[in-house]
Amino acid sequence: MGKTDKNLKRKVEEASNSKEIEEEKGSDSEEEDFLTTLNGDEDSSDSDREIEDSEDDNNELVEDEGEENNDSISGEDSEASDELEDEEEDESDEEDDSSGGEEEEEPLSEESEEETSEKEDESPKSINKLSESSKLDKNALSRSKTDEYADNDTSDEEDIRNTVGNIPKNWYDDYKHLGYDWDGKRIIKPEQGDQLDAFLKKMEDPDFWRTVKDPQTGQNVVLSDEDIQLIRRIRGQKIPDVNFEEYAPWIEWFTSKVEQMPIRKFPEHKRSFLPSKSEAQKVSKLVHALKMGWIKTREEQAKLRAKKEPQFYMLWQTDDQTEEMRRIHKHISAPKRLLPGHAESYNPPPEYLFDAKELKLWNKLKNAPWKRKLHFIPQKIDSLRKVPAYPRFIKERFLRCLDLYLCPRAIKMKLNIEPESLVPKLPSPRDLQPFPTVMSLEYKGHTDMVRCISTEKTGQYLLSGSDDGTVKIWEVNTARCLKTIKIEGVVRSVEWCPNQALSLVLVASDNDVYLINPHVGDTLISQKTDAVLSEVPKSDHIIPERIRTCVQWLEPTQELYERGVRLHLKHFKEVTQVTWHGKGDYFATVMPDGANRSVLISQVSRRRSQLPFAKAKGLIQCVLFHPTKPCLFVATQRHIRIYDLVKQNLIKKLMTNSKWISTMAIHPLGDNLLVGTYDRKMLWFDLDLSTKPYQTLRLHGTAVRGVAFHKRYPLFASGSDDRSLIISHGMVYNDLLQNPLIVPLKRLQDHDSFNDFGIFGVHFHPLQPWVFTSGADSTIKLYSN
Amino acid sequence: MVAKRKKKYSVGEGAQFMSRKAALKKLQLSLNDFRRLCIIKGIYPREPRNRKRAQKGQSGIKTLYHVKDIQFLLHEPIIWKLRDYKIFNKKVGRARAIKDFERLHRYLNNHPTLKLDHIVKERYPTFLDALRDLDDCLTLCFLFSTFPSLAHVPRDQSALCQRLTMEFLHAVIEAKALRKVFISIKGYYFQAEIKGETVTWIVPHHFSFEPQHRAEVDFKIMSTFVEFYTILLGFVNFRLYHWLNLYYPPKFNSINQNEGEKDLVDENVYVAERIAALNFPLSKTSNEVVEEDLEIDAFNNDESPEKIEELKKEAEKDKQLKTLFKGLKFFLNREVPREPLVFIIRCFGGEVSWDKSLFVGSTFDENDESITHHIVDRPSMEKHFISRYYIQPQWLFDSVNCRELLPVNKYFMGEILPPHLSPFIDKERDQQYIPPEERALLDASIEHMYKKDEENDGEGVDDDEEDEDNEEDGGENEDDEEESDNEEESQNEKKLSVTPGEVFKEVPWEKSRQERQEYRLREKLVKNKHRKLYKSMMEGKEKRAKEIWLLRKKRRLHDAEKAEDTKGKKKVAKKENGPAKKNEAATKGKKKSKIN
Repeated sequence: MGKTDKNLKRKVEEASNSKEIEEEKGSDSEEEDFLTTLNGDEDSSDSDREIEDSEDDNNELVEDEGEENNDSISGEDSEASDELEDEEEDESDEEDDSSGGEEEEEPLSEESEEETSEKEDESPKSINKLSESSKLDKNALSRSKTDEYADNDTSDEEDIRNTVGNIPKNWYDDYKHLGYDWDGKRIIKPEQGDQLDAFLKKMEDPDFWRTVKDPQTGQNVVLSDEDIQLIRRIRGQKIPDVNFEEYAPWIEWFTSKVEQMPIRKFPEHKRSFLPSKSEAQKVSKLVHALKMGWIKTREEQAKLRAKKEPQFYMLWQTDDQTEEMRRIHKHISAPKRLLPGHAESYNPPPEYLFDAKELKLWNKLKNAPWKRKLHFIPQKIDSLRKVPAYPRFIKERFLRCLDLYLCPRAIKMKLNIEPESLVPKLPSPRDLQPFPTVMSLEYKGHTDMVRCISTEKTGQYLLSGSDDGTVKIWEVNTARCLKTIKIEGVVRSVEWCPNQALSLVLVASDNDVYLINPHVGDTLISQKTDAVLSEVPKSDHIIPERIRTCVQWLEPTQELYERGVRLHLKHFKEVTQVTWHGKGDYFATVMPDGANRSVLISQVSRRRSQLPFAKAKGLIQCVLFHPTKPCLFVATQRHIRIYDLVKQNLIKKLMTNSKWISTMAIHPLGDNLLVGTYDRKMLWFDLDLSTKPYQTLRLHGTAVRGVAFHKRYPLFASGSDDRSLIISHGMVYNDLLQNPLIVPLKRLQDHDSFNDFGIFGVHFHPLQPWVFTSGADSTIKLYSN
Repeated sequence: MVAKRKKKYSVGEGAQFMSRKAALKKLQLSLNDFRRLCIIKGIYPREPRNRKRAQKGQSGIKTLYHVKDIQFLLHEPIIWKLRDYKIFNKKVGRARAIKDFERLHRYLNNHPTLKLDHIVKERYPTFLDALRDLDDCLTLCFLFSTFPSLAHVPRDQSALCQRLTMEFLHAVIEAKALRKVFISIKGYYFQAEIKGETVTWIVPHHFSFEPQHRAEVDFKIMSTFVEFYTILLGFVNFRLYHWLNLYYPPKFNSINQNEGEKDLVDENVYVAERIAALNFPLSKTSNEVVEEDLEIDAFNNDESPEKIEELKKEAEKDKQLKTLFKGLKFFLNREVPREPLVFIIRCFGGEVSWDKSLFVGSTFDENDESITHHIVDRPSMEKHFISRYYIQPQWLFDSVNCRELLPVNKYFMGEILPPHLSPFIDKERDQQYIPPEERALLDASIEHMYKKDEENDGEGVDDDEEDEDNEEDGGENEDDEEESDNEEESQNEKKLSVTPGEVFKEVPWEKSRQERQEYRLREKLVKNKHRKLYKSMMEGKEKRAKEIWLLRKKRRLHDAEKAEDTKGKKKVAKKENGPAKKNEAATKGKKKSKIN
């Protein structure tokens, strides 16, 4: 916007000049005209420029744009100029008072005018130049009067069509152009004549000596006389301004004389010589306040402040002696914070850093921070200087403070034991051999679940009853099926007669109980058995109605007889269990649905049955004869009752504390009873000791379905639905003071599960430390040592 | 005559406890005052044995205080001071409301202050009790010493904290009581042993103050704690100084500006001065040496001789630790955090200095030829002296924890540091994961390793060494984890040899399997009473075992990855040239040589 600046300046000059002129009243009209042509009339100046443009086509656009800018800003400019004018007026007034610089001015302006007239003749371009130079003069003039533009504006002396700024010109040495104009177009270097041209010019042009090259535009500029004069004055070390009066008279602005008389005509007031009363009052108040200690001097304040700071002294005279004083009741000191582990290190071992999974889990537990493994995320920082402040530090301290005063405290005894010490010390199973350890034989042949098994007294044959409606007799040593006896219906219970003189087995299926001669082993015995059973004992005993409706002793049909059935008992309800008395003459049958007639004791030799109980005590699960005494164990759903069969009364009621009894077995000595329950427990009752279980064994994971004692060895076994057979050592001592020793020895799991059933029957070999198991997978397995 | 019927809860647990609300009513205090009183007097709620009875049959969970505690508070003279406060607040409020500023000023100038001396004595009957409970006090004071002036934390308080903590550090230096140090991500842990009591405190890292949300942190409560803790710490300091034959309050040489000026200087200068003060010994009242190390007598015959021997060894090591850095001269580079390092070095008898132009208080120049260790925390430096090691600050910490000067080769400038391990791991506890680095330290095979390192250095094969280490570590891990694996391997070896005939071989793991099985059966016989306890204990054990397994696995994976990396690098190196490797080795020599 150099143009606009220029314009503005011009206007100012014009105004000042015109004022001067007005004051002078004798100024040349020519000058006025000139000034108007320069500044006042836009039209005339335009015309001037048009002339210039015609010569210099290159600059046409620039000029036009400049004009536009001029127009647009002129409004503002005029205002600014007005202000400036005012200022100038003021200053000019001052000048008027002091000295008349205008007289010198006049001739100078005339001079310049003369020059302009000369230049006008020469070329229209020089007019422009001249106008500038004349303006320069004006500028100088105005500067002499007012120093207004001295410091901030000198740009109007330069041609600033080139926009590259004040840079070394040699940067453009290699280019065709000198710089860029306001449009961003290149300013092409003017044609440079060679040396010959220069010489010719030197010879021909009279103004050659005053021609200089403008580095901005590359144009030749002819210096005006004023310029030359200016240069000369500078060279001569004179003040460049021609108008400056070096020897002007001194003006004394401020007087140096000392006056004898006062300037004001009234004397000083008395007040000014007397001390102030109010101030004295104030001072006395302050003094009083100081005296009374209401206000403190700074030193006193500092002392007080020091006094307020806590004073420390020897509070404890010794390290460990206490002084008697009232203290907190039963103080519980706060536990110390846990010390940090490796994970908290700024450079932990790499394994402590979270991987993606752990990080995810950590973030997931945002709402349950106490579940987190660590309360912070471990970080590895490779250098100490990069360790940042821990953002939760203040919070953690605060929480600790809260804990200290808000958390209820109590003394807790911490158990410092190994879990192993809670496990009872038991003898090693290796010292308790022999016991079955490996599966040695498998008896295959049944097509459905094998519910019950039993062995002959010598342990040569094995009897099994299955859901497929058959009873099979196996040879133990070879696992060969010797005989299959077909029986309609599910075989629920089988048992070999403990009387060695009889070859007889008891089979319970549906409502029927069969006494079958298996015809294995000694043929003599089996023949004798047949003979014994063939003759029906005669008796005149009248069977009571209650029993008769309950059971009927039948001779087997021909078909059944051929199968081996020697006696057939028809019951009024389904029979779930049959069991022999130790002598082999009596047997008991259980019909759970029979209400008060659920247990039936029958005698083979007399072919008679009796109902021992008149009242139903519950749902009877199973019954058992005592091996030596005339006692009957009856297991209902939750209790076991022991009846004396001779005296016909209740001896004992055992509390099992379980929900549902499944089966039971009695120790051969008859003092200990093992009870299996559907709620996964096995209960060992010491009958001499208590009616409560001596030990509750939770060895199995699911319902226990079969338990058995070994006749000779101190072993017992249990099978359950989790397909496992657990063999345990159950030593009973003759010494009454010594409690039985129970050691689980071995867990064997070979059966497959079928319909969630595992093992049904467990039976020990009568002589060897072997055990048979029958499973839901329709096999029987023999485990031997 | 019929006996009078007893009222419920008039005896026993029901009469022993008091809910907070009842306590407030009894003490006639506001909740705020009560809280303050509780904090200062150290009264805390107690957990009753039977909560329902203690709450007099009320449901829910209440804060229950012991009745005797509340009675104890009832007799506290501070309660009257708290009531004075109430009156004072009313007066001030009124003066402010009627804009009587003169009076307001006067009130504010003589505001009531709590005197807590007797409470310190009451709460800590002996000095040792106070030392025992110093952990929280120190940590909070160190935190507050970094605080700016806040709404509820007056400037005086944090200034007092700064003063007292600095005094405490001086006492620790003089007593040579520091035992363990640890750089955690939370801050620097220091553990000192003063009169047989271990005191652990945390100094937060730089710029620990962050504005906290109001719901998150209540500075008022913390400030109340600090109010008491400063008094406690002051008395502890006084006694410590007295014990160490030092003047209290200490006169620091470098701080010679008066109060007015101190307020003007900015925080950094103030901190710098504090650190500078750490670097100078305090003036003593007498030159008697406080010697409390007594030889362990062999009187206590009840312990086994091995144990006594061990104790003696420990004592010897502790003694060695006290003069760990004696005769060493450290120079701290600009980027190293100075406060903890100066403290540590001075604690163990070393000399330390830093750039004079940056901070006040340096004692010698960087160009001093007698400097043995130059502590740097940047990857490289332009100027090197031959006469000193350029090491990273972690070396100091690890050396202190190891109680001997560790070989510096792993800590050279620009090296990747070995992991920094926590010294606070209880070594007696079983079932905890021990990282291979720590195991290396425990095995005392460190010298062996060190020797090997040196050899390797001589040969100039650094990568190999790392590999070997890894392999070793891996081997150890496997040893511990699965013996069976090794045995399997040995079996494989056997298979290679020719054996005549088929001999029945017992499966090696069969025995252990059997034992496990037996144990599993046996553990079913755990008494009913202990069943749950046993179960939870076993669960805990299993959890810990799983954690250890996880850590081992992660480590193994990491080591494998690293081994692969180094292998890859080696291949590349081999492909390049031999001489390049040699050069590398030369630069990796023990002392970085270059003359300025």
